[in-house]
Parts: sequence; structure tokens; C-alpha cells
Amino acid sequence: MEPQLSWYLALSAVLFTIGAAGVIIKRNVIQMFMCIELMLNAVNLTFIAFSSFFQDVTGQLFVFIVMTVAAAEAAVGLGIIIAIFRNRESLDVDDASILKL
Amino acid sequence: MENNLLSLIIFAPLAGAAINWFLGRRLRDERFIGVVACGAVAVSTVVAFYLAFKSGGALRSTEPVFDHLWTWIHVGKFRADFGLAMDRLSGTYALFVTFVGFLIHVFAVGYMHKDEGFYRFFAFLNLFMFAMLTLVLADNFLLMFVGWEGVGLCSYLLIGYYIDRKEAGDAAKKAFITNRVGDWGFVMGIMLTFFLTGSISFFNKPAHGVTSALQTIAALSVDPFTAHAIVAGGVTSIAILLFIGAAGKSAQIPLYVWLPDAMAGPTPVSALIHAATMVTAGVYMIVRCSAIYTHAPTAMFVVAVIGAATALFAATIGIAQNDIKKVLAYSTISQLGYMFLACGMGAFVAAIFHVITHAFFKALLFLGSGSVIHGMHHEQDMRRMGGLKKYMPITFATMLTGWLAISGIPIFAGFFSKDEILWRTWSAGLFTLPSPPWSNALWFVGALTALLTAVYMTRMMVMTFWGTERFREKHLDHAAGAQGIHDDAHHDDHAVHEPHESPWLMTVPLIVLAILSTIGGFIGVPYALGSLVGLHPTNYIEQTLDPVIAKLPVGKTEGAPAAEPVWLSQPPQPTDGAPAFVSLDESPEGAHSAEEIRAERLLALVSVAIGAFGIVLGWIIFQRRPLLAMPRILENKYYVDEIYDAVLINPINAGSREGLWKIFDVGVIDGFLHAIGEVVIDGGRVIRHLQGGFVRAYAAIILLGAVAVIGFFAYFGVHAMHFLP
Repeated sequence: MEPQLSWYLALSAVLFTIGAAGVIIKRNVIQMFMCIELMLNAVNLTFIAFSSFFQDVTGQLFVFIVMTVAAAEAAVGLGIIIAIFRNRESLDVDDASILKL
Repeated sequence: MENNLLSLIIFAPLAGAAINWFLGRRLRDERFIGVVACGAVAVSTVVAFYLAFKSGGALRSTEPVFDHLWTWIHVGKFRADFGLAMDRLSGTYALFVTFVGFLIHVFAVGYMHKDEGFYRFFAFLNLFMFAMLTLVLADNFLLMFVGWEGVGLCSYLLIGYYIDRKEAGDAAKKAFITNRVGDWGFVMGIMLTFFLTGSISFFNKPAHGVTSALQTIAALSVDPFTAHAIVAGGVTSIAILLFIGAAGKSAQIPLYVWLPDAMAGPTPVSALIHAATMVTAGVYMIVRCSAIYTHAPTAMFVVAVIGAATALFAATIGIAQNDIKKVLAYSTISQLGYMFLACGMGAFVAAIFHVITHAFFKALLFLGSGSVIHGMHHEQDMRRMGGLKKYMPITFATMLTGWLAISGIPIFAGFFSKDEILWRTWSAGLFTLPSPPWSNALWFVGALTALLTAVYMTRMMVMTFWGTERFREKHLDHAAGAQGIHDDAHHDDHAVHEPHESPWLMTVPLIVLAILSTIGGFIGVPYALGSLVGLHPTNYIEQTLDPVIAKLPVGKTEGAPAAEPVWLSQPPQPTDGAPAFVSLDESPEGAHSAEEIRAERLLALVSVAIGAFGIVLGWIIFQRRPLLAMPRILENKYYVDEIYDAVLINPINAGSREGLWKIFDVGVIDGFLHAIGEVVIDGGRVIRHLQGGFVRAYAAIILLGAVAVIGFFAYFGVHAMHFLP
């Protein structure tokens, strides 16, 4: 049986929901970060699926942009995580509930 | 006639005040400050005399001298100029204000010697001269009001001159606040005048398109003699409102209470402001508005009754005071009452005459008391004086003339003016309003006051200059400190000082004023008395002032048939420039019938007898017993201050504290602000949970928000967008 568009969208929705739930539930900042990546990639999957469905290359271009931004975000985000960890000896986000270091 | 010199009269003292305030405070040189202050007033005096007496000057022609400086306010029909005018009335006033003011300035240089605030004193004193002359020379109501407030301010500053003493500050506040009550009346009177006539100017100034409010009123018919006229909003209402203003400034019942307390200021201030000049501003204003008052018989009646009541009331208090300045203060109130009695009887000229002679002899008496206080090392209680004539011969001799003048002994100045007022009061009933029983009653009050005046002045002289020398005695009662207001801060436990005569700077003004108190009355010798000794002297004061003063209409007494006002002399003739009243009747024979002359001579004899009897009575009572205790109710001034405290001040205090402060301010204003604060605090207490600092909570909120937005569009469709703005 040929994979349908709806299959991809369903998978994407599942991945996004897992990611969103993970961001809210997880306390470990690394895990939250990974969940954010999961949400981004769920969106990427949607883009690819529609691109293939409509035979339009624009969706694939967006995916490249998202991946580029995700890479940059990862670099900055990991930098912040290291800074916080050095300061607090903890990766728990709830420990970083006050703004000042 | 325009003459720009006129503004020099008012601006010279202003310049003197500025120089002393800015330069004098740095130099701290008494010689410099004194010369500047006296020089400034001397300039005013010289210019005033020049403008009054040069050919075609203010006192020699019917045309006033104008000096239109600039148009101050011009909105719609309302127009107020910064313009000065010297006519016969304001000229007469300016002459004695500048001259007596100059003498008092000279005296003050000696009196204030070695005082800390020497520069401040003379800056204020010059500022006062500026304000007083603005008041006198203003050509409209509003500028007059500026001067009126200016003298009030300077009075406040100078009463409170001894800034380190609480009673001086309290007295200054009392004077200022009491005057506010009067000023309310004055302002309302000005507004009503504008409302009725469309003008606030005293004079016609055709060159500037200004018509005289007084002339407009003079053309109206006379108000009826009823109580209702007071509140009817017509001429009588104006007259009553203006009289409230005059009563505040000139210390009449019920607004007189500030004047005795004002003696907390230095003695030259009492002489200048609270005897000779400022307190007579109310009389000046009423005489200036004589056209209004002659059209308001009810107001005239009120003025006369209040004046007579004040005269008697203050005289009875004056008889029981032990502070030499307090005696003179109550005497001043009493004499001011005389002036208002004259105004109310339509004897405006006699009122101004008494203002002038009073300025001479009361300034003399005040300066004399200042000299005594100076010589006694700042002792004001007459119970600790006595026998001073040996130590202070010049002060004694000069005060002697003042005493005789105020008691009404012939040839001294006070006799002529006081006799004139009493005669006019008596005769008013025969020829004009109010009806004879009233005028005879008022005459009786005036005569009784004259008797009391002679008695209390004799008491003052006896206690001060005759008898045993009580200043050497140790005073056990001094510790009680009951004597309220003393003139100066440093009274050093009254170690025995020999009294000494004052320096020439103080005695020379005394001598000049003594001469004026002796001969000053000859400017107004009435025909009936002059002809008695075979002379025919001109009554200068009446001849000068008569043309600028409105005449009483006659024949409006109760039951009188005449409906139209019948003018005693010619009805007002509008002329350009001059106020509207020009009487051409100047021949003395024509105006005085033989019967009238006989009556006038008889009354003059009566008033001399009263004055002499008063002096003899005072001498008999107080010569042996100068410390005779007076009735307590008189010594305590009829408890009027206490009554005012109980009726007005305490309720206002209590109402302010309990009502305005504790209920309105704390309850309403503070309560409203606190309620706003509490709403914000409570709201914040709830909302701050959104900002807990937990990253996951933020993420959840973002997610919920996104779900809500997407859910909205998913449910209603994209076209639901048109709900949004």
C-alpha cells in the first residue's frame, strides 16, 4: 500500500505532541532542548510531505532554513546551558527561576 | 493735564526699597540705608508739593493732574489702566502722607539704631510708602485695590518685623486675615460697580475713552432708605460692600480686633501705618466714593452708626489699658470711628480734615510714646513710668501739644476737626438724613467719646510724665510677664536704667509734628468761629475739597413729600476730567444763616467744655492714684477676642480638625488614594503568579495560547477574522 499524505501528517502530529509534552514535563534542560528539536523536526516532516504532495520545491527550501536556524539555536542554547550549569551546578530549569545569576 | 512727574511720587519709594533690599543688606551701613530711605520719601514729598501747588497744580485748579502710564487690562468692556491722578482729594492725601511719612522715616532712623534688621525695616517702610501712594493716587478702583493690598502686605511684614517673637507673628497673621474679610467686600463692591456702570474709573479720561463710574452713579436716582436696599444689588449694595472693605482696613466694628495687636510692630510702624496713613485709607475710599454714598442713604446710616459705636466702644477700652501703645491704638480706633461718623453724616470734608489733623497729632503721640519707650529702655507699661517730664523735657513738651490737640482744646488742631464733625453730626438732622432724633443721639455718642478721649489721654499723660518715679521700683509682678506685647526683644530684667532724652533724629520730627498739631487746624477754621474773633479766615480745607465731593440730597426723610432728591447746592455737573461735582457756592455769607452760626458757636462751646471737663476729670482721678485699677471688663477689652475665639476661631479650628482633617482628608481623600493602592496590590498579588520564573510554566502558557488561537480558527474558520478590529 502506498504511504498516504495523512500518514505523514499523523506521524508529524504525534512527534510534535511528544515534543511539546516533553518541553512542559521534563525538568532537565538538555532533555527540554531535545524535545524542542523534536518539535522542529516534526514541522520539517510536514513541510516535506506537503512539498512532495503538491510537487512544489518551496517546502523543501523552508526545511533548509529551519535546519539552519535550529543549528544556530543549538549553538546559542548549549552555550547558555553551560553558563547556567557552571553557575548553579544543576541542569534543573526550576532551579533557574530567578533572573539574576 | 498730563504730567509724568506724578509717577515719580510712587516710584521713588519703590526705588528706595529696592536699593535698601539689594544693596543695603550687603553694606549694613545705617547711614547709607537711612539716607536712601529718607531721601526717597523726601523726593516724593517735594514732587507732591510741587505738583499740588504749582500754578495750575492739582490743588489750585479743578482739573486733576493725570499720568497715564499704561493700559493694564483691557478685555471687552472692562478696562483698568495703570494710571495715576492727583485731584484735590488725592492731592491733599498725598501731601500729608508724604510729609508725615518723611518725618516718621527720620524718627525711625534714630529709633531703630543698632537693630539687626535695619535694612529690612527701611526696605519695608519704603515699600509701604510706594503702596500707600499707589492707593491714594490710583485713578481707578482696581489699581487702588493693588495699593490697598500692598499696604496690607507691608503692614503684615512690619507688624511681624521682630521675627523671633511669636506674638509678633501671630499679630501679623491676625491683621492679614482680618483684612481679608474686608477685602472680600471691597472686591465684590468693585465688581458690582463695574456691573452697574461698565467702568471702574474714578475720572473721565476722554483721551483714553474712559468714563467715570462715579459720574454714572451720580446720574442715577437716589436709593430708597430701606433695609432691603442693602441686598437689592444697587448703589446701596455697592456702598455697603465698599464699607466692609473700609471697616477692615480702618479697624471698625466688627473688624477692629487686629489693630491693638498690631502694636507688636516697632513704634514708628505704629505711627506711620497704624495711626497716620494706612488705617485712614478706608476713610479716603469712602470720601472718594462720596457719589456712591450720597445715593445710598441706608449705607450712610450704617456707616454713621458703626462709626459712632466704634468711637465710643474703643474709647471705653482705651481708658483701662496699661500699655502706652495700647492706649494709643484704641484711641486711633476711636478717632477712626469719628471719621466714619462724619462720612455717614455726609460731612466728607470734615472727615478728611480730621484725617489730616489726626495724622499730625496721633503720629506725634505715637512717636512720643516711641521716644518714651526708647528712653525707658524698652519699657511699655505705664505702671512702671511716672515723673518722666524731668528726664525727657522735649518729648514731654511735644506730647503735651498732642494731648491738648486730641482732647479738643481750642487753637490746637484736633479741636477744629473734632468740633466740625460734632457740629455736622448735630446739624445733619436739621438739614438732611438721617432724621433729627438719630443725629442727636449720634452727636451725644460723639460728645461722650470726646469726654472719654480727654480722660484717657489725661490718664496716659499723668501715668507717664507726672507723679512718682515708679521705674526704680523692683517689680515682683514682672515674673508673671502678663504684659503681652512689648516693643522689643531685649528687655534685660529691668535693672535700673536712668531714663534719658532721645537723640535729635527723634526729637526734631517730634518738634515739627508738635508745631503742626498746634497750628494745623487753622487750615479749616469754620466761618462761625473765625468771625467770633473778628477775623474772616478762609476755610482752606473746605474750599479745596468741596468741589470734588458729592453733596447730600435733602428731603428724603420719612414722610417728607419730596420724591426727587433736592440738592443742597447745585446738582452734579458733568465736566471732563474732573469728578462730576462742582459746587460754585463759595461765598461764606450765603451758606451760613445767622441762626446756624449761633448754633454752631454754641456747640463749639459745648465741645470745648467737654474737652476741658474731661481733662480736669482725668487729672482729679489719676493725679493722686495713677495706678487706680480699672474695671476688669474694660481692661480685658470686653472679652471680644475671647468671644471671637469662642464663636468663630474655635469652631473653625474644631471643624477643620474634626471635619476637614479627620473626616474629609483622612477619610475621603486619603481613603480614595488608599483604595486605589489596595486594588493594585491585590490585583498584583493574583497576577504575579503568572510570572513565577518557571520556564516550563511559560512554555505551557505559550502552548495553551497557541492551541487557543489555532482552535479558534479551526472551529470558526479563517473568515472569523472579521470579528477582530
